[in-house]
Amino acid sequence: MTAIDATVSRDSARGGSPAGGVRQALSDGLVVMTRNLKRVPRIPELAIFAILQSIMFVLLFAFVFGGAIPLPGGGSYREYLMPGIFAQTIGFAAATTAIGMTDDINKGIIDRFRSLPMARSAVLTGRTFADVVYNGGILIVLMLTGLVVGWTVNTGIVELLAGVGLLLLFAFAMSWIGVWIGLSVPTVEVAQQIGFTVLFPITFLSNVFVPTQTLPELLRPIAEWNPISVLTASLRELWGNPNPFAGQGLPAEQPILLTLIWVAIILAVFAPLGVRRYRSMSR
Amino acid sequence: MDAITAEGLVKIYKSRKSEVRALDGLDLTVEEGTVLGLLGPNGAGKTTTVRILATLLRPDAGRATVAGFDVVRQAQELRSVIGLSGQSAAVDENLTGRENLVMFGRLYQLPRGEPRRRADELLEQFGLGDAADRLVKTYSGGMRRRLDLGSALIGRPRLLFLDEPTTGLDPRSRLGMWEVIRDLVREGTTLLLTTQYLEEADELANTIAVVDAGKIIARGTADQLKSQVGGERIEVVVHDRADLARAAETLSRAGDGASTTEEHMRRITVPAVGGAQRLMQVLRDLDDEGIRIDDIGLRRPTLDDVFLAITGHAAQANDASTADDTPARTRAGSEEERAA
Ligand SMILES: Nc1ncnc2c1ncn2[C@@H]1O[C@H](COP(=O)(O)OP(=O)(O)OP(=O)(O)O)[C@@H](O)[C@H]1O
Ligand SMILES: [Mg+2]
Repeated sequence: MTAIDATVSRDSARGGSPAGGVRQALSDGLVVMTRNLKRVPRIPELAIFAILQSIMFVLLFAFVFGGAIPLPGGGSYREYLMPGIFAQTIGFAAATTAIGMTDDINKGIIDRFRSLPMARSAVLTGRTFADVVYNGGILIVLMLTGLVVGWTVNTGIVELLAGVGLLLLFAFAMSWIGVWIGLSVPTVEVAQQIGFTVLFPITFLSNVFVPTQTLPELLRPIAEWNPISVLTASLRELWGNPNPFAGQGLPAEQPILLTLIWVAIILAVFAPLGVRRYRSMSR
Repeated sequence: MDAITAEGLVKIYKSRKSEVRALDGLDLTVEEGTVLGLLGPNGAGKTTTVRILATLLRPDAGRATVAGFDVVRQAQELRSVIGLSGQSAAVDENLTGRENLVMFGRLYQLPRGEPRRRADELLEQFGLGDAADRLVKTYSGGMRRRLDLGSALIGRPRLLFLDEPTTGLDPRSRLGMWEVIRDLVREGTTLLLTTQYLEEADELANTIAVVDAGKIIARGTADQLKSQVGGERIEVVVHDRADLARAAETLSRAGDGASTTEEHMRRITVPAVGGAQRLMQVLRDLDDEGIRIDDIGLRRPTLDDVFLAITGHAAQANDASTADDTPARTRAGSEEERAA
């Protein structure tokens, strides 16, 4: 068969060995990730809007409502607030990814990728890793904002980095939810809507803005086990910010462990779902 | 040697409300080094066929091979010998033209350094040299189309799929695109091209396959199809109704058969092989007779004529799906009117 020319045999040879397959997956993933990151400064509205939205929450709660929210055990409300804002912002990584994914599908870019002899995983890993980097950038801006309004890390550099690591890990997990949503919805607008209607209730039913003690008895367990809450509690604990958790129980005692478990659960559920959705695009 | 074979392809798009049988037992072969023009009206199944052959869609029944690779079981191998330029340009608006090409080159697994070299070459070839480092969102429709074709060519594929490559282009860009496509064919690329224009298929394809409602309803060279349709015709519109009879007689003498007269339009049509030369003759004859005319022209057979001849009905858009159950992802079909 004349069909098998040099390119093909080289490719199949590489595809045939697992090491070659991994190398190709990494290098293709890097190409897609670089492409996604290059786009960020060219559509600055997206990043600016994401940052402004978080800053609005900071202003609203630090300066408007904050005075009316008592912290059991005392401490600065602004110090209390900022870790929650970071966690909330990172939670929106799901929406960022979903919107990017849907946009790529509708512009035909994903079809182009699917017609190329590239590693199949690269489209999804390139997207999620780029979004982690993107969210890391937004996080830096918000941390600087936090320092300005009176937030601070009362522990050391190791704890600071551990907290940031936890945030980025969580961003990665949320991105995979975004992959699944992005591949399931028809338009960018719907992706955006889902982001807002699902994520806002989750962040309001948490310890981000108010101590869970102030919530009705019935909602309290939900708010305490909420992934955004355990992430927020982890950050407060790591950084020595006020962390008035009600009562005992796992969320109060082991927030970091719980955060890691949440990350594992989200990844275990949504990464396979996303990959399956991606494969079924050819149906 | 067949570069593309398809047997009994069936594709059904299912949605909650409806089922569209887009392909209904489509058979196809394309010989290596030749150009097949897939000709059909809106919704005939052209894009679906191309998407199956380019591994973007799985057929529900039937089988197909491209360059000897099965489109389902050997998809990855297949992808490294094909290039695809879809119905709407699939390039990244927020990258520059060069960045697009280099990225696709890397993902085509070209060896180190090659994506850049190849990108330079293609930008030059498609007249995008000056715009190479501008963001694609500043490109015109024609420039995007050319960049999209360039992206399909980045890995020097032996097999190329072009889905309506000239739809939406102005006449000059269309001629330019034809020239590019002819060059590729000269270099030995096997090409499957879809189009709604008989003229385009005629210009570019060795063989034309006419698709209607998910099936091939006719296949042959452009000449074979045209002879079925009746080839070129000369059309004259006379100024005075009174001259109709005399003009009809003149045309019958000059043409290759009986003329037909449409009284109310004051129009006379006659088959005439040999085009422009015959037209001049007719003009002279009419002038000699002192017949005043309002309009005269050569009319080439269109897709409509082919359909009329083959099926006995005019080509009809076949889009079965209605506005509200068409998924938003179905990229809009061409709204352009069929060539006059
Ligand atoms: N994703 C989809 N979901 C549902 N129906 C679809 C989808 N894609 C195409 N169809 C339907 O399948 C049929 C064939 O569509 P296809 O796009 O292959 O036609 P086409 O010949 O390329 O038409 P055009 O000239 O308009 O591009 C049409 O009736 C169309 O409405
Ligand atoms: Mg089409």
